[in-house]
Amino acid sequence: MVNRLLIVDDSTIIRRSIQRTLGDGRFSEICTASNGAEALRVFKSHPAEFVTMDITMPEIDGISCVETMLQLRPDTRILVISALADRATAIQAMTKGAEGFLLKPFTPEELCEAVDDLLSDSLA
Amino acid sequence: MTESTLKIFVDGVSDYFRQAMVEQVEVHAPYLEKGPLRLLDYSAVIGISGGYRGCVYFTAASSMLRTVLKKTGETSDDPDLLADLAGEMANIISGNARRELGEGFAISVPTRLRGQPKELAAPGEGPVFVIPIVWRGERSELIVCLN
Repeated sequence: MVNRLLIVDDSTIIRRSIQRTLGDGRFSEICTASNGAEALRVFKSHPAEFVTMDITMPEIDGISCVETMLQLRPDTRILVISALADRATAIQAMTKGAEGFLLKPFTPEELCEAVDDLLSDSLA
Repeated sequence: MTESTLKIFVDGVSDYFRQAMVEQVEVHAPYLEKGPLRLLDYSAVIGISGGYRGCVYFTAASSMLRTVLKKTGETSDDPDLLADLAGEMANIISGNARRELGEGFAISVPTRLRGQPKELAAPGEGPVFVIPIVWRGERSELIVCLN
């Protein structure tokens, strides 16, 4: 089991939705952050093995967070979850080191599938 | 704003409800609004920059937002969550429009509003189009103003 999940999104609805869906035993601990700056503070004090990351957020955007987190802990698995549907954004996120990209809106099944894909890769 | 650009937002509303709610939605013909904006109970505005200039509003009756919340499995209907939901719907519909409009369609984080503000900033110099939305008999609108 992966220990800690960090959910980063400026929308309370999205954070709660992800927490409900993934709070089923996949992770032993779930932390949340509502903007990029808070995400980096939480990540530094409680490093997470797995992160779901929004992109459009106040203070520090998700792409910058991905880059900083992977500098601090390169083995972190990051799934970007964003409404930005253009190809360039997905490529940029992956170039910075994110390993998955899930487009909003998403169903609980799509979220589980995206997370499980990354978790199974990490176990392989 | 061209007709094809407006169609991107009309289709975006349908896509949102089909994907997030797994249901069809009635999206009525857009009309040009020449008067002041009339907002419903909860609204959110996304500022547009980059190669485009303007804003996108999503505004909805509280009853519609409550129904959406419940459908997504949310048990609370706290007013803060209703406002947050309006913001997320504006964000998703606007962000998804980048599939066709590209990364030059830069979107801001949503600013959330409750009721009809006394002073509502002019949405810009471009024409203002209102896209009426009806889902399960509940009303909302997407308001698009782009130069």
